Amino acid sequence: MPTTSPDAARAETLSIAVEADVVRVRQAVRTRAAALGFSIVDQTKVVTAASELARNTLKHGGGGHCRVEPVTAGGRVGLRLVFEDQGPGIPDVRLALTDGYTTGGGMGLGLSGSRRLMTDFDLWSEVGKGTRVTVAKWK
Amino acid sequence: MAASGTTLSDIVKRHEADLLVDWVAALRAADARRDDLIRESELREQCREFLSLFGPAVAAGTDDVRTAAWDPVRELLAGISRSRAQQGFSPSEIASFVFSVKRPLFARLRQELGGDGGRLADEVMAATAALDQLGLYTTEVYQTSREDVIRRQQQEMMELSTPVVKLWDGVLALPMIGTLDSGRTQVVMESLLQRIVETGAEIAILDITGVPTVDTLVAQHLLKTVTAARLMGAECIISGIRPQIAQTIVHLGVDLQGVLTKASLADAFAVAMRRKGLRVVKDAGRGSDVGGRGLDRT
Repeated sequence: MPTTSPDAARAETLSIAVEADVVRVRQAVRTRAAALGFSIVDQTKVVTAASELARNTLKHGGGGHCRVEPVTAGGRVGLRLVFEDQGPGIPDVRLALTDGYTTGGGMGLGLSGSRRLMTDFDLWSEVGKGTRVTVAKWK
Repeated sequence: MAASGTTLSDIVKRHEADLLVDWVAALRAADARRDDLIRESELREQCREFLSLFGPAVAAGTDDVRTAAWDPVRELLAGISRSRAQQGFSPSEIASFVFSVKRPLFARLRQELGGDGGRLADEVMAATAALDQLGLYTTEVYQTSREDVIRRQQQEMMELSTPVVKLWDGVLALPMIGTLDSGRTQVVMESLLQRIVETGAEIAILDITGVPTVDTLVAQHLLKTVTAARLMGAECIISGIRPQIAQTIVHLGVDLQGVLTKASLADAFAVAMRRKGLRVVKDAGRGSDVGGRGLDRT
């Protein structure tokens, strides 16, 4: 069940600059998702997506920040995560969202996998300006 | 500035003995409750050494303590800071060691230069500038030595948290706990491969019950470990895959086909036993459910 703590409803922004920040983002997202009353399965999905996207922000975007905010719409409760960086941007978004396509030596499933793990997925990117990934999971 | 530098160092040199007495007394008064942490003789020796190095450093004419002229003083303070950190002093207590020389020193300056207000102010300013930097320097050293301790502990934890245990002849288990980052996975893989060589194990069970998040990076690390073990002639079983992890892996699109996976370590062990042609039978002579179990070759 959602906690009554006022902090649970507030948005928070975490910086992503080193590998340890990915762990911090994961922990913050897990705490939030649990406080909002997400099931264990959904918690795990959100945390895993956050882990992928935070690592992308670090590895491909050269660091940035993550905004974690609880949202409500039509009586439903959800958790929205916004990952933003001022990195080189993604030249071909469609290609980047293809399973198995990687530029970083990974499995090439982080971005596409995150889209499948979350309910809402929005990717904005402009070459030379940066990338912003907005995802949300609804209860 | 050079001329005033000479004066300050002259005064320190001339009054070294009584400065020492006053300073130690001030330190003892302030740190009365720290008797347990440091002996008077040790404290006196540290003070004496500081004064003997401080004079010549001031004489060099610069109050920027990062310059080479201050090397000996900084070296001494670094040693003092480190040893006090170990003795249990707080950073402010360590910095006070330096700051507390001000009062006796300024008293001597006033005694010598009392008539010349301008010179007195100059000397006090110069001495303050140098001593403040030195005080902060001890804090910096303290911080660094703490960070070293943390780094060492992280290193030790990394080793501690990746034990490779032998479950049976030819069966190894690797219970993984916590965050699997690249550094830790490297340690895990190395220790596992090492043990495979040492024991000639044919089956290795990687248990991820204690790994909270399995993302693509962790999955990739696991698959690499499985492949490396296979190249060494050992088959891997990944166990401890909880329902939520299983669903997440499917959504991520990670392909674990070709890798034997089991829900629990017990299941994986049972598979390992079967592979080795062993089975667990109940000892007919004993009726109890617990105990009395033996292993037979079939």
